[in-house]
Amino acid sequence: MKKQKSVLAKQQRAGWIFLLPATLLIFVMSFYPMIQAFINSFKTGPSSRMVWSEPIFKNYIRMFQDKIFLTTLGNTYLYLIIQVPIMLILAILLAQLLNNKDLKCRGLFRTMVFLPCATSLVSYSLIFKSLFAKEGLINMLLMKLGLISQNINFIGETNTARMVIILALIWRWTGYNMVFYLAGLQNIEYSVYEAAKIDGANGWKTFWHITVPLLRPTIIMTFIMSINGTLQLFDESMNLTSGGPANSTMTMSHYIYDNSFGQGVGNFGYSSAMAFLVFIMVAILAFINLKVGDKRD
Amino acid sequence: MTSKKNKSAIQRRLIPSYIFLIIWSFISVFPFYWMIVASSNSSYEVSQGKLTFGSHFIENFINLTHDYNLWGAMGNSFKYAIAQTVLCLFICSLAGYGFELYHDKHKDRLFGVLLLAMMVPQVATMIPLFVMIAKMKMLNTVVAFILPAISTPFMIMMFRQNSRNFPVDIMEAARIDGLNEFQIFFRMYMPVMKSTYAAAAVISFMNAWNAYLWPKVVMPKSEAQTMPMLIAVIAGGYSIDYGKLMMGVLFCSIPTMIIFFLLQKQFAEGITGAVK
Repeated sequence: MKKQKSVLAKQQRAGWIFLLPATLLIFVMSFYPMIQAFINSFKTGPSSRMVWSEPIFKNYIRMFQDKIFLTTLGNTYLYLIIQVPIMLILAILLAQLLNNKDLKCRGLFRTMVFLPCATSLVSYSLIFKSLFAKEGLINMLLMKLGLISQNINFIGETNTARMVIILALIWRWTGYNMVFYLAGLQNIEYSVYEAAKIDGANGWKTFWHITVPLLRPTIIMTFIMSINGTLQLFDESMNLTSGGPANSTMTMSHYIYDNSFGQGVGNFGYSSAMAFLVFIMVAILAFINLKVGDKRD
Repeated sequence: MTSKKNKSAIQRRLIPSYIFLIIWSFISVFPFYWMIVASSNSSYEVSQGKLTFGSHFIENFINLTHDYNLWGAMGNSFKYAIAQTVLCLFICSLAGYGFELYHDKHKDRLFGVLLLAMMVPQVATMIPLFVMIAKMKMLNTVVAFILPAISTPFMIMMFRQNSRNFPVDIMEAARIDGLNEFQIFFRMYMPVMKSTYAAAAVISFMNAWNAYLWPKVVMPKSEAQTMPMLIAVIAGGYSIDYGKLMMGVLFCSIPTMIIFFLLQKQFAEGITGAVK
């Protein structure tokens, strides 16, 4: 009896050793820096000699008076509100179409829809930059079709530049989200659809009354992931539009980077305060996700 | 006969689906076609929207390798991505194995705590981590690149979830045969979990290859540059040579595209792997 207990204890100890390296790394590489960032957000001065700011909330007060920061906050939420719903609806629609057993060339279609995920974020940003350049393909085509009389400076105008970023994001991430929905749909028994068909439900009805409710957990998860990703957008803002014109496409992460490493100012205290706000927004969303996710079980 | 008629009726009803899928597939694929075509044209031809293959492929390539350290950046990207993938898989699978197969109340609680790291944004940790790495005098090294990415809640969760399918009987049998817990991991768990490792490897490699913000912070030296950083530099000038740029973008995309086409199934499994 005693011997068995010691064997079990030995096994449990081995279990702890297995998860020790990963746990330590997460504490040192995520939790500790997060606490440090929180402390830094109350400090000011050059990175080598940071002192407590006076008053203590100085960085936070500054943040809400900083017109550029508020612009970047607005931009980020604009991308969120427009891009995420369009992308997710398209993704569900594509998944639904691709889940039809009668469809020919399903594999080929699936591969093509999924293909944008094979590019790095910097790569596709630059491809879109060249497509939408003032002297570029899209302008050329619009000219030839007679839709415009002179080249549009897509990247140089506020509204069109924002539109290009949103289009690029939809292009890159729709297929990615489609994969989740397709996996979710494959868990739904085909007989459920057969039964609906017998009951006389048409395509839209089955979509709204069967597909959407059954995919609910997946939809919530992709929604949260997309929000999380959008709040942290960086590569596109940096490389597609360089944040311009006049910061009108710049994201929060881009502005934080500029303030800490970009322009040689190295304002770590202020950057940390802004980053902490991003954290709070992400945390609130993750919390909602966990609450909603709990209901699944 | 009737079934044939039925089939053609079904296919006819699917026509709108086909049209939509063909349009979307075209949109998906076109930028890739554009990238390849543009890399074979001169900057002027690219700006004129030339949609056919040109004769400047070799010239663009020579310009690119002459003006920028392409092979250096490719080498760096491969080095960092492989190092990150190997270590990440090892550390995270070890943890996933520990959390699932030795689970008790305390370990489950710890796992819950680790999951909180999922909501820690990169912009928040990058400053303290930069200071830490700089103090360790590790800037511009492979260690700086991979250290924050070796252990991620996503990967641990993926291995933990997939470990549920690992047959516990094997462990008992192995223990009776006299294997210790570590031998079980290396000799039993790793071979059985091959497909999970493959999916995780694809995701980890892609993430490392595509990383941009963090390397931009800790790899300021041009000798330490990665491919995404290199192409961003090419695009950063006032007058951009689009032919040369697209050649760079092509090189940056080739490895991830090869992986995509060869391991698409594992890629899809890897993306959705942690959320079963």
